[in-house]
Amino acid sequence: MIPQPLSTMSENSEALCILFILLLPLALAGLALINTGLSRSRSAAHSMMAALCVVGAAATAYFVTGFAWQGYPGLVSHSMIIFGKEWSWLGAGHFFLRGVPLDGSRVSLAALAQLISVGLAALIPLGAAAERWRLRACCLSTALLAAITYPLFAHWVWGGGWLERLGSNYGLGLGFLDAGGSATIQVVGGLTALTMVWLLGPRRGKYSPEGMPGALPGHNTVYVLFGCLLALPGWMGLNAAGSLLFAGVPPGRTVLVAVNTLLAAAGAVLAAASITRYRFGKPDASLSANGWVSGLAASSAGCAFVPPAAALLIGLVAGALVTYTVAWMEARLGLDDPAGAVSVHAVGGIWGILAVGLFPRAAATALTSAAISAPMQGGQMLAQIVGVATLLGFVLPFTYSLNWILNRFFPQRIPPEEERHGADLYELGAGAYPEFVTHTDEFSQW
Amino acid sequence: MKITGLLMMPAGWFLVLAALVLLRTYVAQVSFIAAGIGVEILGLVLFTRAHWVAKGGSE
Repeated sequence: MIPQPLSTMSENSEALCILFILLLPLALAGLALINTGLSRSRSAAHSMMAALCVVGAAATAYFVTGFAWQGYPGLVSHSMIIFGKEWSWLGAGHFFLRGVPLDGSRVSLAALAQLISVGLAALIPLGAAAERWRLRACCLSTALLAAITYPLFAHWVWGGGWLERLGSNYGLGLGFLDAGGSATIQVVGGLTALTMVWLLGPRRGKYSPEGMPGALPGHNTVYVLFGCLLALPGWMGLNAAGSLLFAGVPPGRTVLVAVNTLLAAAGAVLAAASITRYRFGKPDASLSANGWVSGLAASSAGCAFVPPAAALLIGLVAGALVTYTVAWMEARLGLDDPAGAVSVHAVGGIWGILAVGLFPRAAATALTSAAISAPMQGGQMLAQIVGVATLLGFVLPFTYSLNWILNRFFPQRIPPEEERHGADLYELGAGAYPEFVTHTDEFSQW
Repeated sequence: MKITGLLMMPAGWFLVLAALVLLRTYVAQVSFIAAGIGVEILGLVLFTRAHWVAKGGSE
């Protein structure tokens, strides 16, 4: 089956899109710095090295099978007819990007953008599993993510798949909308992070024998905050390129995308700083940084559709959510997630997806320039809910199963005894700061 | 409990898909999709409880 292709782009639009895509590596750098800063100094070099390796593994795996299975509207795909409706469920392209003309066309730009953004999804679990994930295992797990899970779900949303066509097939608004990747990148990465936290268990010394969590603070707040600033232009590029390539908005609308991205991050960091100031007496830098990234993650889905005031509101809610969910997951669910990746990317991303359903009129105006009826407006929220249900009901158990099998053959966790010396010494043979750091458990009480 | 939770998540998702494919009225679709999400959340809760770090600091 060949889905309807999107319209061709003018040369100016292509140049603009390439520019946005070239901003994407800044998001990778930002996330890598945040992950490193939030881990302890004994694992800092390992964290950065792992970031490089997973970005490499993600790009390679995606090059081999990823884009072929993700596909793009206009390329061939596997589909089935269910009760008279066509369900496209997997791309049917050639492996190794064969047959993709790397000439500035929409398809080639989508392939380039995805080669980079799949690395962003792969960096998310790295923050959650910091200090205890073997280098080889995280590369293999990333390869599974980039070769199978990510392209499968991305095909459904961006490749002309069944989620994208919920509108035309079942009258649910305009189908599942996710312009910049709140679902395909952030929630898929966040749920993979949750999977890894479950499989690896908490870091040594994180929980007392009674199950009470202790503080294992990150080693460099400056890295974390600088990483947040670096992530902003990367996210603007991600959202703008995604809006052009996957939502098909006109190039002029990328100004709105950039404004919305900034406002969502701004609202989120202000909400997180205010709430932590109220709760703890002083604003918490780490949670404020989490709020900033959560705002970015939530902004992606609706960045091309919602008005700026709505983007600010989306950010405020995302920032507020993250301050509570980070503590709740750590204390009540026993999830040791040093970077808060599950809260930031999974919870923030899900909120961003649902927020699109709250502003269906804006989405319709952006994409069709026409008013939509009341049932269609309700249908948009339903389409977004079906997307979230797919993430929780398919992506999460599927990712868990893949990583569980991988864990049976290649144990993914660094031996707990070796954690005392840090992942740097165990995996790399040398620390990040050999002259300054003494490897003691100064923060661990157990 | 872990396997039950793991299986309940896709079971809820299939309910959501079935609602899309089989039901025509908006109210019926919303009801079945809500039920499907409920099953997914129940599975997620079960699965999370199975992973809960027991008092004693280990699984």
